[in-house]
Amino acid sequence: MSSSMNNISMQSTKSKRLIQGLKKNTIGWTFILLAILGISAFYLYPMIQAFLLSLQSGMGSNLDYVGLDNYVRLFNDPTFLKALSNTMLFLIIQVPVMIVLALVFSVMLNDPTLKLRGFFRTAIFLPAVTSLVAYAVIFKYLFAQDGFINDFLINMNILSDPINFLADPFWAKITIIIAITWRWTGYNMIFYLSALQNVDKSIYEAARIDGASSIQQFFYITIPVLKPIILFTSIVSTIGTLQLFDEVMNITSGGPGNETLTISMYIYNLSFEYTPDFGYAATVSYVILLLVVVFSFIQFKVAGDRS
Amino acid sequence: MNKIKRIFTYVFLSIATFVSIFPFLWMCISMTNKSVDVTRGRLIPGSHLFENITNLFQNYNIITSIVNSLIVAVITTVLTLLIGSLAGYGFEIFRSKGKDVVFNILILSMMIPFAAIMIPLYRLFGRISATAPLFGIDTLAAVILPTVITAFFVFFFRQNTKMFARDLVEAGRMDGLGEIGIFFRIFVPSMKTTYAAAAIIAFMNSWNNYLWPLIVLQSPENHTIPLLISTLGAGYSPDYGVIMTAIVIATLPTALVFFLMQKHFVAGMMGSVKG
Repeated sequence: MSSSMNNISMQSTKSKRLIQGLKKNTIGWTFILLAILGISAFYLYPMIQAFLLSLQSGMGSNLDYVGLDNYVRLFNDPTFLKALSNTMLFLIIQVPVMIVLALVFSVMLNDPTLKLRGFFRTAIFLPAVTSLVAYAVIFKYLFAQDGFINDFLINMNILSDPINFLADPFWAKITIIIAITWRWTGYNMIFYLSALQNVDKSIYEAARIDGASSIQQFFYITIPVLKPIILFTSIVSTIGTLQLFDEVMNITSGGPGNETLTISMYIYNLSFEYTPDFGYAATVSYVILLLVVVFSFIQFKVAGDRS
Repeated sequence: MNKIKRIFTYVFLSIATFVSIFPFLWMCISMTNKSVDVTRGRLIPGSHLFENITNLFQNYNIITSIVNSLIVAVITTVLTLLIGSLAGYGFEIFRSKGKDVVFNILILSMMIPFAAIMIPLYRLFGRISATAPLFGIDTLAAVILPTVITAFFVFFFRQNTKMFARDLVEAGRMDGLGEIGIFFRIFVPSMKTTYAAAAIIAFMNSWNNYLWPLIVLQSPENHTIPLLISTLGAGYSPDYGVIMTAIVIATLPTALVFFLMQKHFVAGMMGSVKG
């Protein structure tokens, strides 16, 4: 008798707890509801829409389903291939150069005996404060044919005639690479610096006693310690460079010819500059998504294999 | 040997510093010069600052653009902090298996490049225009809406909620506060640093955003600062002094925030890696 009473009261506390748990769970869901709605409406739904669009073709809003035609068209589209190879070139040259530079700066600035450390750090980080459009316009003027860079190089007797940086296929690419590197090196440096500050100084001390040179210390201590953060920054930079738009749009507008055209700019042109072809533009945009996924995967793999 | 290394370090860092700072110096100096002097490469401050400023404010839409940018950036920042922290708090404090699955899906959306969704977004707002023109193409609301909530901020706030003392939630419940009350009266006030860092990133992202406003805003009176600068910069016979003045104005807010709140600023940038 008493045991069954016990049973009932136990059950009732159990169900009480269950109801309370459910209530809490429901409240929890209301907290995250807005975020779920927002991200679904403005990220996930457009992602699906972009895929459906990529199977359609036509001008403006007169679209017909054409299956995989758009994807086939990619391979025969010289402008797309140009945009793809330009983007890859920016990626393969700019990201490693920037990361190496940022690493060198951070190792130099991590030395507590260095004077003016705070000043150097702030100065090198400062470009990260600018808006992309603002610094792009400044670089456009600095690298103009009658711009400051040419004046400076001629005055220093490095050049005899000005280089038309923005109208030359080779120099236009270099200008873009220099610009992005200027903007983002200090930003990446800050990540490495803060990671380095968490490294136990005695490791370096021990290495020095064992006779390791600073280059050896760099490769055998600093790099392994920073590996996770290098991976993180290289993924972020890769994703950023694959979407390169603001700088190219404002420095060269993709020119000369299509020599600095990027994939993002091509998507923009296909949708808003030429006769709009949203279906094909969506197909090109899926290429960016694919590249982002593939590159992130490769970087994870490469970093994982070394450990 | 060590001395040579030292000297090399200083020379290298000095060059890097000069290269980093020079464009800032150049734009500040050019802002005080006539357009011709800027092209002539004049590196001494001139006396044309006042003319450049009056010219910019009288002949270009700078005031409208500043106001538009401020409206967009302030509303975006407030909504981002609200929605992001509610969600980050919800995912962490009311943790459940189902929510963790949803969280992982949301995090995956961080991988989606904006370029991949801009066409459908544009078309979505085109359809919204037909029924609710106040939120459609060529409105500031359309600039704000898709940028208000990103998975990054949900992630950021969840990571930071991990450092929040959970006992305080229990204590709040004992005191008879509702869950919303606990959030606003206990959680928000105790996470000021986190909010400051998030506010800085959200404001900067919004203030500097270019591609989406470029697509969605058409009429010049709706343009934000980056759009105005881009238009000025692409002009056929640009007045360099005036453009440099506009660029300095555009850079000022973010530079000020950086110098006044350096610690929060860096904390904000690093936010995504903590944890």
